[in-house]
Amino acid sequence: MVEVLDLDQARAWAAAAAVPDPEVPCVTVADLGILRWVRVEDGVATAGVAPTYSGCPAVLAIELAVETALRDAGFDARTERILTPAWTTDWITDAGREKLRAYGIAPPASGGKGSLFDSPVVACPQCGSDDTAKISEFGSTACKAQYQCRSCAEPFDYFKCI
Amino acid sequence: MLWEGLLELADDHLVLGHRLSEWCGHAPMLEEDLALPNLALDLIGTARTLFDHAGKLEGAGRTEDDLAYLRDARVYRNCLLVERPNGDFAHTMLRQLYFAAFMELYWQQALDHTDDIVRGVAGKAVKEMGYHIRHSAEWVIRLGDGTEESARRMRAAVNALHRYTGEMFEPSYSELPNRVALQGAWEARLKPVFTEAMLDWPNDVFMQTGGRQGIHGEGLGHMLATMQILHRAHPGATW
Repeated sequence: MVEVLDLDQARAWAAAAAVPDPEVPCVTVADLGILRWVRVEDGVATAGVAPTYSGCPAVLAIELAVETALRDAGFDARTERILTPAWTTDWITDAGREKLRAYGIAPPASGGKGSLFDSPVVACPQCGSDDTAKISEFGSTACKAQYQCRSCAEPFDYFKCI
Repeated sequence: MLWEGLLELADDHLVLGHRLSEWCGHAPMLEEDLALPNLALDLIGTARTLFDHAGKLEGAGRTEDDLAYLRDARVYRNCLLVERPNGDFAHTMLRQLYFAAFMELYWQQALDHTDDIVRGVAGKAVKEMGYHIRHSAEWVIRLGDGTEESARRMRAAVNALHRYTGEMFEPSYSELPNRVALQGAWEARLKPVFTEAMLDWPNDVFMQTGGRQGIHGEGLGHMLATMQILHRAHPGATW
């Protein structure tokens, strides 16, 4: 997915990839798989950005931040919003998952998609216990649910799997 | 025409999204106060993409703001179900379940649509509808199989809303998925939820219709007045 063709391209990618997510600042847009590619042509860097949820209010902020980062790196900057294929939590990198966990957000589990009442096993990011319970399907941002650990009693955010 | 079909879809999503947003700050507990605007955001996000695309395909220069804020109730094409007032929690959750179960099936049919944007919207929305169904179905079961009072309210919601479901399955534009064909799968999806919620599935219900022709209930005009006042009073306002 990452297209790096020459030095300019690599520099533009590095600049855009370092932009933190505005709502989950412990991870970058590259960690989350939101930044799909950066192409440089005639000094214009275009970044492909995939929104997480249809109504994610951070999309505009992310596009602006990526454009600003590319401009700071010396390019004329544009972004392109990518709808297909739809962003999925499978695109979060391993490094991104680790950063989320270290920040106290349980990374998305695999499985449990589509079925009506199946809940995934979500490990507590604090103590690692699997004995956790969902408080609410919805949390502080569109992409997170609220859980609580039954072992250490700590409430935590879970990055929903879509 | 495809753009007219997309406008219908956009209207469904915006109207239901706005209805859900009316709960913000009024939900019975913090978790639901977060959940309902989250559901609203999904729907409004979908509506925005659809309005934008419909406007471009129409080719008359109408933007998403023009389509959302500068049309009167008479030209809105949403189905009647989504404009029904929030009522109590039983009404809101049942309305959500009816619509989300329908839209999940609909978007599944649109996943391989020839139009890039339709395909893209479908790919995102089909996953979001899964959450909407789960959340609303859990509530329908909790209330239907709850206390005497909650069960009474849940039955009242079925009684009030079921008559608006038939309209979802009326024929639409040939460029988009065939809605008529989805009714069987929709009923099959919801009947087990009703059983678990101790609710009877209503049969032989007279189905209300008219939304697709712009014949709406009184409530839509009031809702649009609230939703559109700022843009109409201060055209092009941004903040």
